[in-house]
Amino acid sequence: MRTVVAILTVVAFASVPLWLRDPYLMNALITTGIFIIGAMSLNLLLGFTGQLSLGHIAFFGIGAYVSALTSLGFDAGLPFGFRIVHEPWPPIIGFVLAIVVAGLCGYLVGLLSFRVRGAYFVIVTISFAEVVRLVALNWVELTQGPLALTNIPSITIGMPGLGDLTLRTKLQNYYLVLAVAVIAYVLISRLVHSHFGRAMRGLMENETLAVSVGIDVTKTLTLAAVISAGIAGAAGSLYAHYIRIIDPEVFAFINTVTMVIMVITGGKGSLAGPVVGGMIFGLLPVFLRPVMAPEAQWIAYGGVLIVILFVLPRGIVPSLAQRFAKRRSRVEAVAPVAFVKRDAKEHA
Amino acid sequence: MSEFLQHLINMLVLGGTYALLGIGLTLIFGIMNVVNFTHGVLYTFGAYIMFIVVHQLGVNFFLALPLAVVAGWLLGAAIELILLRPLRGSDIDTTMLVMIGAWIAMQSGALWIWGGVAKSVTTPFPEAPLVLGPVSVSWLRLFVLAAAAMLIVVTYLLINRTKLGCAMRATFQDHDTASLMGVNVDMIYTSTFAIGSSLAAAAGALLGPVYVIFPQMGDLAAVKAFAIVILGGLGNITGAVIGGFILALAEELGAGYVSSGYRDAMGFLIIIAVLIFKPTGLFARSERVG
Repeated sequence: MRTVVAILTVVAFASVPLWLRDPYLMNALITTGIFIIGAMSLNLLLGFTGQLSLGHIAFFGIGAYVSALTSLGFDAGLPFGFRIVHEPWPPIIGFVLAIVVAGLCGYLVGLLSFRVRGAYFVIVTISFAEVVRLVALNWVELTQGPLALTNIPSITIGMPGLGDLTLRTKLQNYYLVLAVAVIAYVLISRLVHSHFGRAMRGLMENETLAVSVGIDVTKTLTLAAVISAGIAGAAGSLYAHYIRIIDPEVFAFINTVTMVIMVITGGKGSLAGPVVGGMIFGLLPVFLRPVMAPEAQWIAYGGVLIVILFVLPRGIVPSLAQRFAKRRSRVEAVAPVAFVKRDAKEHA
Repeated sequence: MSEFLQHLINMLVLGGTYALLGIGLTLIFGIMNVVNFTHGVLYTFGAYIMFIVVHQLGVNFFLALPLAVVAGWLLGAAIELILLRPLRGSDIDTTMLVMIGAWIAMQSGALWIWGGVAKSVTTPFPEAPLVLGPVSVSWLRLFVLAAAAMLIVVTYLLINRTKLGCAMRATFQDHDTASLMGVNVDMIYTSTFAIGSSLAAAAGALLGPVYVIFPQMGDLAAVKAFAIVILGGLGNITGAVIGGFILALAEELGAGYVSSGYRDAMGFLIIIAVLIFKPTGLFARSERVG
């Protein structure tokens, strides 16, 4: 059942370019897709280990910058007269490096922050993101600072027998983002259903108990942070090569908040949650744009976040799933009574 | 040497307002266990109240400050009553996310109402600074320091010498026991949030005229307040005051001797360093209010 729904969803998404010709909407879908990948990676931490990372955009931005710099090349000075000079490499290597470097940063942050939990973890992650933003802003020689990195090349994929395929159009980028999103989804799904995923959830439910049965806290949480950061880095790389210009504003805290809203609305700890929440909040601006000023939209977002937390604290997907399960169990529970059964049949 | 003295003078002025921000947050964080992301918005709010009262209502500059404090108190009480009271007993993540939602909505509201163009407040102080040998300091900054010091002392007395302060300290130690002793814990929470918010508004009203006023000015202020709370230890007012001055010193020295671009990075680096090496804060001899 679940697999069927998943396959149908992918097919539905894959068919979108066949009937949607509007370039503005396609653009919105691609950026939404990229942010959904980021939200899925955030959900791995927030929903399955219970750690709220409010600096998640740092991994996204690091991925974007690493990928862009790898494919553009750079010549930057280091202290004590050293220089690093780098010739441009193909963007696909940048994509891989983005995952690796973001994952490494995730390892460092995970190592540091899991010493402190809860509110302090949140504050450490915010600080990390802000420090990275300030470095991107001030290390002008490497990042061009506020002048932004421009002319980032599109991703090129070597196709066997077809030569190199450069993904320039919206259509190609749409399928690229969809492919990466599906891979990330499958990866996270496999992960949380594995032994390791059970360890993560065990820690979230009851840390003392989890430790007592031999779960290594630091190892589990750090690994989750590395994978989460790596996926966010991949999303950042896609973003850099699609938008083709990045500046330090990519690290803006509001971008993390967008991902958090996507996860919370859709349902944290639910695999489909970030996808549902992401589609809502990714496409909402498109439809609100003609009727609401951007500031008013953000007021509405803040309001929606509060209302969701009050009304559906577990998010849309888990709440719907629960309602669905309840209805089914109610029908089964009353089934033995004959006249109710007949009643139910008539309804069916 | 004179450059260093100048940095020290600047540090005193900045540190006073940072201490106000930090005290407000450490009270809320310590007593209510709420990660208050609206703290920066209250700071912005205080600055805008200053602007409106001075420029649009034409009221005296010195009268505007108490008005900003009262307005901050009212807004803080409203936030607590509307958003936090119904969530009493829910986990810290939920209240934190609700506070983030409130922050986004309120900051965007400020942007909507007042626009993104930075505003400045004209002050009754003379342009020419006070020159003391090798260093100089503007009269406005001296006033800011004096006002901040006065507010810090008032808050200290409020917490340590009044019945309300006693009840607040009791609630911090154990809210169940405090409640059994007849403390109205709900009322304490509302007062705490209102007092903390009014201090943030006061800090904004004081620093607003020194710099310029714009809707996002509170974001950095909020993170700095978190840095100060982490430095000083949770619920520790003296720690928050010292933390405020340490952060101001680190920023001044960082801006003066490293690079002015990294001035604002100091707060974050302090947070990361303290949490790695001494997660309970530098002055966490005993974690309690007072």
